[in-house]
Amino acid sequence: MSEHAELKTGPLEYRREDGPLTILGFWIFLAAEVVLFSTLFATYAVLFGRYGEATPAHELFEMPMALTMTFLLLVSSFTCGIAVHMMRKESLKGLVIWLIITLALGLGFLGFEIYEFVHYVHEGATIQSSAFWSAFFTLTGTHGLHVTLGVFWCTAIIIQLIRFGLTPVIARKTFVIGLYWHFLDVVWIFIFTAVYLIGMVV
Amino acid sequence: MSEHTEHSESGIPVKHVIGFIASIVLTLVAAYTTVMSGLPVPWIIAIIMILAVIQAVLQLVMFMHIAEKNPIPQYGNILFGFFIAAVVIAGSIWVMSFGMSDMDMDSGGGSGGGSEEMDHSEH
Repeated sequence: MSEHAELKTGPLEYRREDGPLTILGFWIFLAAEVVLFSTLFATYAVLFGRYGEATPAHELFEMPMALTMTFLLLVSSFTCGIAVHMMRKESLKGLVIWLIITLALGLGFLGFEIYEFVHYVHEGATIQSSAFWSAFFTLTGTHGLHVTLGVFWCTAIIIQLIRFGLTPVIARKTFVIGLYWHFLDVVWIFIFTAVYLIGMVV
Repeated sequence: MSEHTEHSESGIPVKHVIGFIASIVLTLVAAYTTVMSGLPVPWIIAIIMILAVIQAVLQLVMFMHIAEKNPIPQYGNILFGFFIAAVVIAGSIWVMSFGMSDMDMDSGGGSGGGSEEMDHSEH
């Protein structure tokens, strides 16, 4: 069957005929995700500064916190890139180790985000406090939800890698979770800039 | 066997390290510009947004292999996605900026300009 034809050269994830198509499909999904987040960013920008009775953002946003979260996600994006590099060198052990490091950093990020949300709620800024805080928690919460999903997904991929080894199908799945993880970092760059940095300065 | 054309044989690929260091530098420059530079706020916003876009492009090129030779080109969709995103965000801010100054809670809502615009929309 030509459907299962495999190339003998090139990156593993592109060797099966359906590999490039699946990866293309995932890029289309990512484009849709970009648009999804754009609506949340637009809402946030429009409602910016509408604190009502609640605490203003610049009294709660803290640079060390925002920078820590940014660096955790930046480093995890880097380690995820190394993982895909290891996959292309067909080193299963290296791939799994770097994916586990990525996972740990992702969990660290989530821990900080949960701590941050709890802190804000204690300071009287909840999702119900004002238009601004609704937009803030929806935007950062949606991103956090994506990271949570990524953590579960990555765990599932690691289990598959350990059980089935590096086949073209699993390689394609690993490449796709890699794309997803980098994408989350891209979104976070804009959250860090448009939410935290601008929130501190305006 | 896999191809090693773009990567060094041992350890961590140079491309990723460059992307990583550049990302950290861009983040720190953005943070510094925000807190320490003392520039006017519109300038700060413009600078850090440009830095964010550069960093996003870095991620796409260095880590997501968007420009890599593939059986199927992949950048068309994501570029279109970014285009729509820019239109949605800029358009929302632009549209919602009209009359926003009259809708502030402090100003009591019913100032002259605002009510005139209301009348027009009702007719």
